[in-house]
Amino acid sequence: MLKLSNVSKKFGGLSVLQDVSFEVPAGKVFGLIGPNGAGKTTVFNLVTGLVAPSGGGIHFEGQSLPGMKPHQITRLGLGRTFQNIRIFKEMTLLDNVIVGMHAHLNYGVPAFMLSLPGFRKQEQQARDKAHELLSWMGLTHKADDIADNLSYGEQRKLELARALATEPKMLLLDEPVAGMNASEKTELMAEIQQIKKRGYTIFMIEHDMRFVMGLCEEIAVLNFGRIIAQGAPDEIKNNPDVIEAYLGREDDEPAGATA
Amino acid sequence: MESFDNFWAIYSNLVLTIGINGLLALSIYLTLSCGLLAMANAAFMGIGAYTASLLIMNAGAPFGVALLGGMAAPTLVALVIGAPTLRLSGVYLAMATLGFGEVVRVAILNAESWTGGALGLNGIPQSTQWWHVVGALVLVLLVLWRLRRSRIGRAFEAIKEDGVAASLMGIGVLSHKMLAFALGAAIAGLAGALNAHLTFFIGPSEFGFDRGVDILTMAILGGTGGLTGPVLGAAIITLLPELLRSLKDFRTMVNGIILVVIVLFLPRGLWDPLRFRQWWARRKAVGASGEKR
Amino acid sequence: MLEQQLVNALSLGSVYALFALGFTLIFGVLGVINLSHGAVFMLGAYAALQAVLKLHMPLWAALIAALLFSGVVGMLIDVLVLRPLRKRNAPHLIPMIATIGIGIFFNSAVQGLFSADNQRFPSDLLPDQQVYFWGVQVSVLEIAIIVLSFALMGALFFVMNRTQIGRALRAIAESPKAAALLGINVEGLFLLTSFTAAALGGVAGVLIALYSNAVFPLMGQPILHKGIAVIILGGMGDIRGALVGAMFLGFAEVLSVAYIGSTMRDAVGFGLLFLVLLLRPQGLFGKVLERKA
Repeated sequence: MLKLSNVSKKFGGLSVLQDVSFEVPAGKVFGLIGPNGAGKTTVFNLVTGLVAPSGGGIHFEGQSLPGMKPHQITRLGLGRTFQNIRIFKEMTLLDNVIVGMHAHLNYGVPAFMLSLPGFRKQEQQARDKAHELLSWMGLTHKADDIADNLSYGEQRKLELARALATEPKMLLLDEPVAGMNASEKTELMAEIQQIKKRGYTIFMIEHDMRFVMGLCEEIAVLNFGRIIAQGAPDEIKNNPDVIEAYLGREDDEPAGATA
Repeated sequence: MESFDNFWAIYSNLVLTIGINGLLALSIYLTLSCGLLAMANAAFMGIGAYTASLLIMNAGAPFGVALLGGMAAPTLVALVIGAPTLRLSGVYLAMATLGFGEVVRVAILNAESWTGGALGLNGIPQSTQWWHVVGALVLVLLVLWRLRRSRIGRAFEAIKEDGVAASLMGIGVLSHKMLAFALGAAIAGLAGALNAHLTFFIGPSEFGFDRGVDILTMAILGGTGGLTGPVLGAAIITLLPELLRSLKDFRTMVNGIILVVIVLFLPRGLWDPLRFRQWWARRKAVGASGEKR
Repeated sequence: MLEQQLVNALSLGSVYALFALGFTLIFGVLGVINLSHGAVFMLGAYAALQAVLKLHMPLWAALIAALLFSGVVGMLIDVLVLRPLRKRNAPHLIPMIATIGIGIFFNSAVQGLFSADNQRFPSDLLPDQQVYFWGVQVSVLEIAIIVLSFALMGALFFVMNRTQIGRALRAIAESPKAAALLGINVEGLFLLTSFTAAALGGVAGVLIALYSNAVFPLMGQPILHKGIAVIILGGMGDIRGALVGAMFLGFAEVLSVAYIGSTMRDAVGFGLLFLVLLLRPQGLFGKVLERKA
């Protein structure tokens, strides 16, 4: 579904990604892992059009992405969450999710100026859908709260609900469980399983090994800007290059050890 | 009714000025609601004023056409400046528009044959009736109100908070910013056109930095959380020099102080629905605990 | 003739550079666009003038007095206005609006205290000797300006690039939170930066006042606009960029006055600004505007 071919990215003189190629198959949960600084978030930024590749190709369902604007890429069916949570803090939860539906509301100027039935119907449908998405995340009881008042874990879930509102075909999740405690992680794991069952393709970046191994059906490993391994979880777990990448350097803790 | 006629004879100008300032404050509120600080609205007002006046005086156009021209001209200019600057962060726009006012002023000064240069335009017919101003204000309030409730208004709010996240929601950030900026320019131009035909004289110095700060202060003082704030702020800033005569000379200084004080202590301005709600919630809580006894 | 212009351009450019450096420092380190920098520039000039007229200080002492005075004003602005806004995590535009207010306040206050008239330094204080360098007639004043400006800039570059403080400042410019975690005294350095930036601005004010022999309350406004143009041209937050941009502007202005005429002088800066925004908005040494927390 999403295909990267020989993608490279340089910032100034610094080469962040080199010759990165992999494919995210439709309907599966795909994980991109690697030590800190390996370039994983850059991959997301390239795919979503926030940054342009220095070389190589990126295709989503056959369509070439580089050169398109981020909002155009989102409309193709790619939804994303961020490592450092970028929800709209001063808006309510409901509004946060409804913003995600922007591209799918198509009433025109006369419709909202005169409050025509078409406008009111679409807005009501949007509100209903937003409630539904919030209930998937267990947040519907807080729908009218200001997003800033949520706990950290709840904010992450809100971001996920909002990404779902864009009606994506593929979800890009950047460290979805960073900073969560064990019970929140288990909860989110179950929620993501549910999302996958509904037919979404999931592409995630994550550090938590247990989370990744438990959810992902296929994994690619990025180290120093290069893909060093790709395959099923069991293959990756036992791959010597991967083990060395994570454990070989003395100042890096094994990723699975972080809570 | 005679007392009303007397009142109106003396104060009509003031009331209409409040209305026009309300339009100006709303024009900058619109850009602020999208996360943009456009200090050029005073210049847009000037462009609107001169365009409308010239259309009437030189081309003999009817008032309605002059008003439309006064709206169209600044909108076009806004689209031209907006295109390069809005692609960047809103801060670039703020800085570019700060200087833009100067450019317009210099242009007006130099185009003497058209604009009368430093001496300004005199003898503009006083065509503005009270219902023009009221009508314009009501129309603009209506448009902005409906806009806020639509997906466009939501997009503005999202862009204001986080432009990158907004773009990943499928929102075309650039086109929305252009809309806010250009529409703000149109409203400012309308205000300028109406004002010119109220005061029958316009000069380049009226549309400079001081005016821009005036407009900004009105919006910030009144509150940028909704549509009531800017109009309230406009009323206060217009009336203040009238009520406190000594303040007239220190108008800009007072504006400066107001800006700093409001930003520090009442960041959402005077008319802040959020603060009212919190205050009301607290009153109810106190009342309830009082009743329990 | 050309050589004469080049010297003029060099002295004008170096004063612009001093101003722009202060502006860019505040943006780079504090992350704030300080639109009161023009007012600080003006306060420096007035401080020096008063030191000379009322306290009968020699020029060099007045310069130091102006430096200290402006620096203190800069610190007060940081402590009283910018710091509370930082604590509140106010969005980008808010501190900028506050500095607009501060700037106007200072401008009007000075106008109220000293009148809007142009004031001059006593002519016997100004060195008026001319010297000949390679057949070019240069006034001692210009030489002094160039030397002083470059000395101050050199000191700044040295501190930024070769001292521990400079490293700390650059760390803060990258990410204040990370810097704090490294044990850097972020608030203290913010204060120091505010002092330094304002001091540089104040000195620039004195130098321009001497160069053009004019001190008036609004002298900071055109400089502020040019400062904005310079840092956009050079790249926001970049010190080298500020220097290069300022020199560029100085040369462009002087050459345009010589070959086109002085009416367009102030417009040159804006012309450059729009050109840059159209062609290369990140400037010559541009940094990304959005910085990490």
